[in-house]
Amino acid sequence: MKLPFRVEIEQRTRDIPKWMPFVTSLSAVILAFIISGIILAVIGGNPFQVYAYFFTAAFGSWGALSDVIVKATPLLLIGLGCGLAFKMKLWNIGAEGQFYIGAFCASLVVLVPLVPLETTPKFLVLLLMGLLGMIGGAIYGLIPGILKAKFNVSEIITTLMLNYIAVNWNNYWIFGKFSDAGFQMTPTFDKVAWLPRLSDLAKQYRVFSGITLHLGVVFGLVAAIIIWLIVRYSRWGYEINLIGDNPRAARYAGINITRNIVLVFMVSGALAGLAGMSEVTGVVHRLQERISTNYGFSGVIVAWLAKLNPFATILVSFLFGALIVAGREIQPSGLSFFIQGTILFLVISSDVLLRYRIRILRQTRETA
Amino acid sequence: MTTMPPDMPNAVEMRNIVLRFPGVLANDHVDFTLKRGEIHALLGENGAGKSTLMNILAGLYKPNSGSITINGEQVNLNSPRDAIARGIGMVHQHFMLVPTHTVTENILLGLRQPRFFMNLPRYDRHVQALQEQFGLKVDPTAKIWQLSVGEQQRVEILKTLYRGAQIVILDEPTAVLAPHEIEDLMHTMRSMVAQGKSIVFISHKLNEVTAVADRLSVLRKGRVTADGISLAGVTKEMLAELMVGRKVIFQVEKKVQPPGELVLKVEKVSALNNKGLPALKEISLHVRQGEILGIAGIAGNGQSELAEVITGLRPCQGRILIQDEDVANQSPKRSISQGAAHIPEDRTGVGSAPHMDITGNLMMKNFDQQPISHGWRIDFASARNQATRLKGTYDIQAPSIHTAAAKLSGGNLQKVILAREISGGPRLIIAMQPTRGLDVGAIESIQKLLLEQRSNQAAILLISEELDELLELSDRVAVIYEGRIVGEVDPQGADINSIGLMMTGAQGAKT
Repeated sequence: MKLPFRVEIEQRTRDIPKWMPFVTSLSAVILAFIISGIILAVIGGNPFQVYAYFFTAAFGSWGALSDVIVKATPLLLIGLGCGLAFKMKLWNIGAEGQFYIGAFCASLVVLVPLVPLETTPKFLVLLLMGLLGMIGGAIYGLIPGILKAKFNVSEIITTLMLNYIAVNWNNYWIFGKFSDAGFQMTPTFDKVAWLPRLSDLAKQYRVFSGITLHLGVVFGLVAAIIIWLIVRYSRWGYEINLIGDNPRAARYAGINITRNIVLVFMVSGALAGLAGMSEVTGVVHRLQERISTNYGFSGVIVAWLAKLNPFATILVSFLFGALIVAGREIQPSGLSFFIQGTILFLVISSDVLLRYRIRILRQTRETA
Repeated sequence: MTTMPPDMPNAVEMRNIVLRFPGVLANDHVDFTLKRGEIHALLGENGAGKSTLMNILAGLYKPNSGSITINGEQVNLNSPRDAIARGIGMVHQHFMLVPTHTVTENILLGLRQPRFFMNLPRYDRHVQALQEQFGLKVDPTAKIWQLSVGEQQRVEILKTLYRGAQIVILDEPTAVLAPHEIEDLMHTMRSMVAQGKSIVFISHKLNEVTAVADRLSVLRKGRVTADGISLAGVTKEMLAELMVGRKVIFQVEKKVQPPGELVLKVEKVSALNNKGLPALKEISLHVRQGEILGIAGIAGNGQSELAEVITGLRPCQGRILIQDEDVANQSPKRSISQGAAHIPEDRTGVGSAPHMDITGNLMMKNFDQQPISHGWRIDFASARNQATRLKGTYDIQAPSIHTAAAKLSGGNLQKVILAREISGGPRLIIAMQPTRGLDVGAIESIQKLLLEQRSNQAAILLISEELDELLELSDRVAVIYEGRIVGEVDPQGADINSIGLMMTGAQGAKT
């Protein structure tokens, strides 16, 4: 017996409309929440209640919203950096390490100290820390970059391994050199090395009291615009896109691939390093163990979910920031990871719909 | 052709075959009849649906509708296994052999016998016997990677024969062969039909079809334009018209002009191939303005490496002068800025970026120059202008300048590459297999473009495996064999056989 219809999956031959990727990704996210909701219901929870609680935890107050943005900031910077590298099919999964080295180099300004902290103006201290953070991250990106460009060493392995080195490097200095009374952290930085926060304005504007949102988010937004301009409009962006699409064609067109691999790795590392700087100066105010809660790896996911689009990276890192903040408030805490995983899975699978279309056909005499 | 009793059913009858691919009707109610013991040529342009039709017969595709009858019995071919069981064997354009295995091992691959213990020598003898029967000479104990392309093809044919194929489909078998190997193949084909096999011979080389086939069918855009007509009295011009749907002029007009100054001088250049083996051995040649130097040779004798060293894509020893500048071992950029254009052998792998649109592909070589380059950014308006202009001038058939390169047909993609390379007014053009795999219409327009560049005083190095094309377009033809130029001939009144011998290294005398 035959069904009265059949389902065919066929390759799309026409170009898809511009809104299509956005709609499929959004539907995938919604579907992820529905599936997670069903599973919640199966294990005996009330999904509506849980989601409502989630929502309040993340967006229920100005304080919560500010927390979300604070969490989203490193994800945004790292996501942008990874996204740029992924455009060129460079699988930089070393953002975690680049983040730590960035945080370390930025902290040196205070810990050594590199400048007299009492007399140097705040903006100079922060500028120097920002620059050193970016340079540190860039150098840490340079290592796998050169290995890849010159000797074709797999960047997946090198960046992954360098992560562990960075974490332990940090630990060495925290414990051995800059430790605060033997704890695995340095003393709190002098206030001159704190990124401005909204709560600094609490004296003038009462609403801002307790709002920890710091300047780092502006770094992220500016970086998003710059990366967007590079990828979309610049000559360098064209080179990156061409190498990403077909490196042999790029070489044939006279583009210096070696130089571009190294450069992209450095920019990618610099952004992760800046995220590290923003985290030590804006949130923890000292160098310590575990300053990153896997930001380097979540950033990879953020970049993918955003389909390497800088503006989408802003939205996705915000969503992930919300999941992190809400996840802290809810038991079991694994729930927010579960939702993250489901989102990632569905959004990446939904790409199939951009390349193929599913048609439901009535059985006709011709085919029956 | 052996005569068969009149009541014998046809080997194959395909009726009203329809196969849709997304957006294309690959076969539109196609009828095809293969008589027993005949060589039936199947002609058509690229994308006309010939390979599709034969893939249906070989069980690789299932038609949306239509019927297939084999030896008078209606059949359902759901897989290649079904087709093999019905005695159908297909030799594909791309060989499916394991390079590190021997000939016999490849022939046995996937069969039920031998089961566990190979006992290869016994099967070597089977293979040997089969070879003698059909005149397919190849050492059964040789490993595939040691064999020439022609020998590998014989292994593929042996594979189908060993599986008991009565109906053998050869998909463009001559595309990869040297002239004398083509002769050998035709001998084999004749001996196969003499022993009762039936052959479908897919080709778009009209000379070969007239030389070997008994009957022929032509497809155009998925439809039959000639169904099993006899070859008697059919001319090359008629066939071309059946294939293309319009008259095709075979004689390209080449005006006589004296060559100008020296543009390219290659002096004692040696280079290694990708495996690290010597591919070029102290090769020397030169090309002058307004001159086409043709390089003839069987694939794999250093042609790719020659193109790559000149365009800066491969390191080498020796000197390569473009306009008196040594570009050997410099970057590709260097050779581009010396005015060298490169039409690469591999259109999709090297010559284009698949997901970029036509605009992006057309600006690959001038995105860093005015007016497209504008400070740090790219002036996309000017890039689009360029694309629109070139799309019109070079007659690139595509919905718009935003169509991705991957969606273009081979001929149109080649036009994109040519437009990009030629529109800048190059002084030197390295053209590698510029017409390979293209249909008659596209070949014609690409050859015209090359001759136009010759009139514009470009120096052209034309590397091709198509002897006819080389002889027709070139002012001089040099033959390359194992990384050396073994001889040079004047294409006017050249003897194809002696060129063929030089191509195989059998003769190296200058003519």
